[in-house]
Amino acid sequence: MISKKSHGFIFSKNIDSFLEGIYNAYQFIIRFFKEVFQPPFHIREVINQCYEVGLKSLALISLTGFIVGIVFTKQSRPSLEDFGAASWLPSLIGIAIVKALGPLVTALICAGKVGSSIGAELGSMKVTEQIEAMEVSAINPFKYLIVTRVMATTITIPILALYCSFVGLFGSFLNVHAAESTSLIHFYQEAFKTITFLDIFSSIAKSIVFGFTIGLVGCYKGFHATKGTFGVGKAANEAVVLAMFLVFLEEIIIVQLANWIRFF
Amino acid sequence: MENKNLHSTLDHEPVILIKNLYKSFGELDVLKGIDFTLLKGENIAVLGKSGSGKSVLIKILVGLLKADQGEITVLGKRVDQISAKELDELRLHIGFSFQQSALYDSMTVFQNLAFPLTMNIKNLSTKEINSAVDEALDAVGLKEKRDHMPSELSGGQRKRIGIARTLILKPQIMLYDEPTSGLDPITSAEINSLILDVQKKYNTSSVIITHDLTCAKTTSNKIAMLLDGKFLQTGKFDEVFTSEETQIKSFYNYNFIQ
Ligand SMILES: Nc1ncnc2c1ncn2[C@@H]1O[C@H](COP(=O)(O)OP(=O)(O)OP(=O)(O)O)[C@@H](O)[C@H]1O
Ligand SMILES: [Mg+2]
Repeated sequence: MISKKSHGFIFSKNIDSFLEGIYNAYQFIIRFFKEVFQPPFHIREVINQCYEVGLKSLALISLTGFIVGIVFTKQSRPSLEDFGAASWLPSLIGIAIVKALGPLVTALICAGKVGSSIGAELGSMKVTEQIEAMEVSAINPFKYLIVTRVMATTITIPILALYCSFVGLFGSFLNVHAAESTSLIHFYQEAFKTITFLDIFSSIAKSIVFGFTIGLVGCYKGFHATKGTFGVGKAANEAVVLAMFLVFLEEIIIVQLANWIRFF
Repeated sequence: MENKNLHSTLDHEPVILIKNLYKSFGELDVLKGIDFTLLKGENIAVLGKSGSGKSVLIKILVGLLKADQGEITVLGKRVDQISAKELDELRLHIGFSFQQSALYDSMTVFQNLAFPLTMNIKNLSTKEINSAVDEALDAVGLKEKRDHMPSELSGGQRKRIGIARTLILKPQIMLYDEPTSGLDPITSAEINSLILDVQKKYNTSSVIITHDLTCAKTTSNKIAMLLDGKFLQTGKFDEVFTSEETQIKSFYNYNFIQ
């Protein structure tokens, strides 16, 4: 951390603390990559955390994915019917869900559920000196608490995103089946017809980035919680807000990148 | 007057030696030239009002905070110059009992105690872990709480479990951060005798931070008064409290007013 002895600010108080925040976050990320490849690897704790992440968000992702699938299909049908193109519905939905909605919905739900709970958990460990207690027992808390959690979100969230896409497509199928009595096989064939390998790959890559972001932001905010119970709530809240903001930002950047790659 | 409860094998080898220690946070100068010696087998109580930097002092001893200036030697190692790996090795010989106990609240009492053990010593059998945990729980008299969660314990029990967790690695030095704060007089007395038991059983030297003069008097050979970032006076309990210094007097009067 940067410490300043004098009252003098380089720019103004707010800009300085903003820059300091960026610098600290940068240090945090560097430290993560340094420690993630060094033993000891707390594999069991990573698996534990994966389980936690999955368990916390599975029900909500199932429900939301399903509803998004149904609603999106229902809302898209009239416009396509206007062009006499209702038979394109499955492939339109397929692209929309696999490329955009699945990863994004999953990331937003996980930012809310997982990001906040990591922020609150580490924040409360910080303010009640549990992190220091680990340090004085010669256990590296960065490794035990942060590396494991960030790895868990990075691994689990892409899987959840694929699952979410699948559930979404199933919801969509039910709606299409009710209206056009398309069979399940035919629906999935149609849905995946226009989806390329690059689409799936970039969708997974995107989810990996989202997962990494959510874990890292939660850990960063929790680990740097300031003293007191107030700090815990603040850490959890800021973790959600910042993670969601970054997820949207990354979504835009990755979509752009994927478009460029397609041209070459 | 010598305190008879105390373990008597005082020799003159320093386990902690601090010279000219300075520490500030931004504009706030907390420690301003601390000199301090803890001999092997000795218990020293550090007294001082809230915010005087007592916790900061012992956190510097274990490298949780970095000193701005000064030489800090613990068990022959220079904490201010040591590598991260050596620091971890040194930490295994130091027990740190936190002001708020700092039990891991996602783990049971058993897991709290087993955690530092299994993380630091590889390939222990379940039997060895069990017996180490039982021994430490026995030392603090809370064997029956083995499978409880920290949230189910009272403040005094949490303090004891916190102490047990440090005992599991058989430390040579114990650092107690306000072991009796927030406890009733009876529980405080129990903690005081626990500190003495630990000293006898594990042969430790201790720094006991407190504002509780009864705790200081019963558990320590010496008292060190921290005022305005320095040790104003160090000596036996009676020597320190016959001082005419007003701040020391007010400290005494608050604790023992009739
Ligand atoms: N990490 C930190 N960053 C900034 N200031 C700190 C930090 N730790 C302690 N301080 C400040 O240093 C001073 C001394 O704190 P310390 O916790 O050592 O007090 P204490 O003597 O233990 O008090 P108490 O009896 O209330 O526990 C306080 O003014 C505190 O605000
Ligand atoms: Mg303190």
